[in-house]
Amino acid sequence: MTQTPKVMVKATNVWKSFGHNEVLKGINLEVKAGEVTTLLGPSGSGKSTFLRLINHLDTASAGRITVDGDLVGYREHNGALHELRPQSIAKMRSEVGMVFQQFNLFPHMSVLQNIMEAPVGVKKESKARVRERAERLLERVGLADKRNAYPGSLSGGQQQRIAIARALAMEPKLMLFDEPTSALDPELVGEVLDVMHDLASTGMTMIVVTHEMGFAREVADSVVFMDGGVVVESGRPKDVLSNPQEERTQAFLSKVL
Amino acid sequence: MNTSMNGLAVPDVSVGQRSPEKVKKLKRPGRWASYIMMGLVAVLVIQSVATNPNFGWPIVGEYFASPRVLDGLVNTLQLTFIAMLLGVVLGVILAVMRLSTNPALYGAAGLYIWFFRGTPVFVQLLFWGFISALYPTLALGIPGAEPLFSTDTNSLITPVVAAILGLALNEAAYMAEIVRAGIVSVGKGQTEAAHALGMSNMRTLRRVILPQAMSVIVPPTANNVISMLKTTSLVSVLSFPELLYATQLIYAENFQTIPLLITASIWYLIVTTLMTIGQYYTERHYNKSTRAQGLSIMRRFIELQKRRGTNDAPAR
Ligand SMILES: Nc1ncnc2c1ncn2[C@@H]1O[C@H](COP(=O)(O)OP(=O)(O)OP(=O)(O)O)[C@@H](O)[C@H]1O
Ligand SMILES: [Mg+2]
Repeated sequence: MTQTPKVMVKATNVWKSFGHNEVLKGINLEVKAGEVTTLLGPSGSGKSTFLRLINHLDTASAGRITVDGDLVGYREHNGALHELRPQSIAKMRSEVGMVFQQFNLFPHMSVLQNIMEAPVGVKKESKARVRERAERLLERVGLADKRNAYPGSLSGGQQQRIAIARALAMEPKLMLFDEPTSALDPELVGEVLDVMHDLASTGMTMIVVTHEMGFAREVADSVVFMDGGVVVESGRPKDVLSNPQEERTQAFLSKVL
Repeated sequence: MNTSMNGLAVPDVSVGQRSPEKVKKLKRPGRWASYIMMGLVAVLVIQSVATNPNFGWPIVGEYFASPRVLDGLVNTLQLTFIAMLLGVVLGVILAVMRLSTNPALYGAAGLYIWFFRGTPVFVQLLFWGFISALYPTLALGIPGAEPLFSTDTNSLITPVVAAILGLALNEAAYMAEIVRAGIVSVGKGQTEAAHALGMSNMRTLRRVILPQAMSVIVPPTANNVISMLKTTSLVSVLSFPELLYATQLIYAENFQTIPLLITASIWYLIVTTLMTIGQYYTERHYNKSTRAQGLSIMRRFIELQKRRGTNDAPAR
């Protein structure tokens, strides 16, 4: 057996347009299992769009994405792609966690209900079992005492940590983060990055869209720089961030660093 | 007090004290004139209502709590409840259809709403009443084959069924618009988060969207309940003995038209007043949550501005 880690996400020539607006113009990308990949790029470069294609919140116009070897959104049969039924898409999404810039916690549910909703309602796991897991996750994100609080009474940093716990409660094999700290006050960014750092050290496969260069440098295994809907440059953080080869990467980094 | 507790110097003595100056209130002669005018009008109206024998107050008193009137009142309340319940359920279904991406579904819902909101409910009730002229018999089965079940329309669409159908189907069209407004008021992020967790569309609607849409849906629905109570009086045309028709039956016998109409009106007023009080509390309850939501939108806006600021000047 070879020692190369298996590929968790593979994007092949992925295109996406909204009307006449070509947002992604042939993305090729590979994320290995257990690795942390950060996506960097200026606003409008298509980072969020790409992330949303990975769990089929949007549909690609062309190209293929696989997660853990399975084609996202389609089934291949006799050389043709067949759209999957909604249930199959939901099943696939339940195995991929997603964390949003605006947290998107359910405001009418308590913290514990937020975390338990999908494992109990979607995966049909027993309440007792999910509750135990939820308590453990709350402990892990340092918010065990907030289990009965409602999202509206929590700070942004606390809400985002709950959102991470909510995604992890589904025991996903891949976690997607779309600018998880961009909506936070500067003093709250650290607590969320700590949780993500901790998660990375457990071997979770993560794709993180972020402007936090410190995180990209210290935690990421690879950095992908996107601009104008294409991958301009990718590689190990110390290569891409410290010694960028492309002019566009250099220009972007000189602005954010 | 606060400052002295901290042992700090009191910075401004006048804070929290009434200024000693006398304030001359602005004279409002127009207001006094209006008090006198309204008072006079009230006296005249009361005097005329009390002394005009045609009002027939003793007869109002006699029939106010009579079994026939009370039965009519109960029928009115039941009709309101059932028509409203069906209207809400059908309205939710229509709202979801209206928001669907399936052209057949949203087209059908749109047509339904267009038709039922575009024709008077009174006319719709008449149609249900005369439905047997349109379809003398109703049958269930496969077209062309022997029907599994067949019946005379009049025995199936009785006046009460016609009344419920007429009121509920009309109400559904209005409820659909209310529910739709509620659903679209919930942010797109909620649907996305639910979908990202693997929740189906149905589950997302039931567990995430509708509970949050309630604060937009409930207050106008309470309003519609009050309207519905009064609209049920139109059903008298179908000879269903709700409150108005019950009183009409009585004055057809004793010719005391005005006193009996007054009896019905007083009952309508009593029930709508109670409902308005209930509506006040539900509205206050839901306004509280809307206010909280408004705040959080404001907070998000501020956060976004801050983020913009850091993006523009990324010095760290
Ligand atoms: N649902 C949509 N409909 C139409 N256009 C869209 C939609 N979503 C995104 N776009 C467009 O796609 C482009 C890329 O958007 P995207 O959100 O992927 O960028 P991004 O790299 O995440 O930027 P940011 O750093 O601002 O989040 C933008 O021009 C945006 O206007
Ligand atoms: Mg984005």
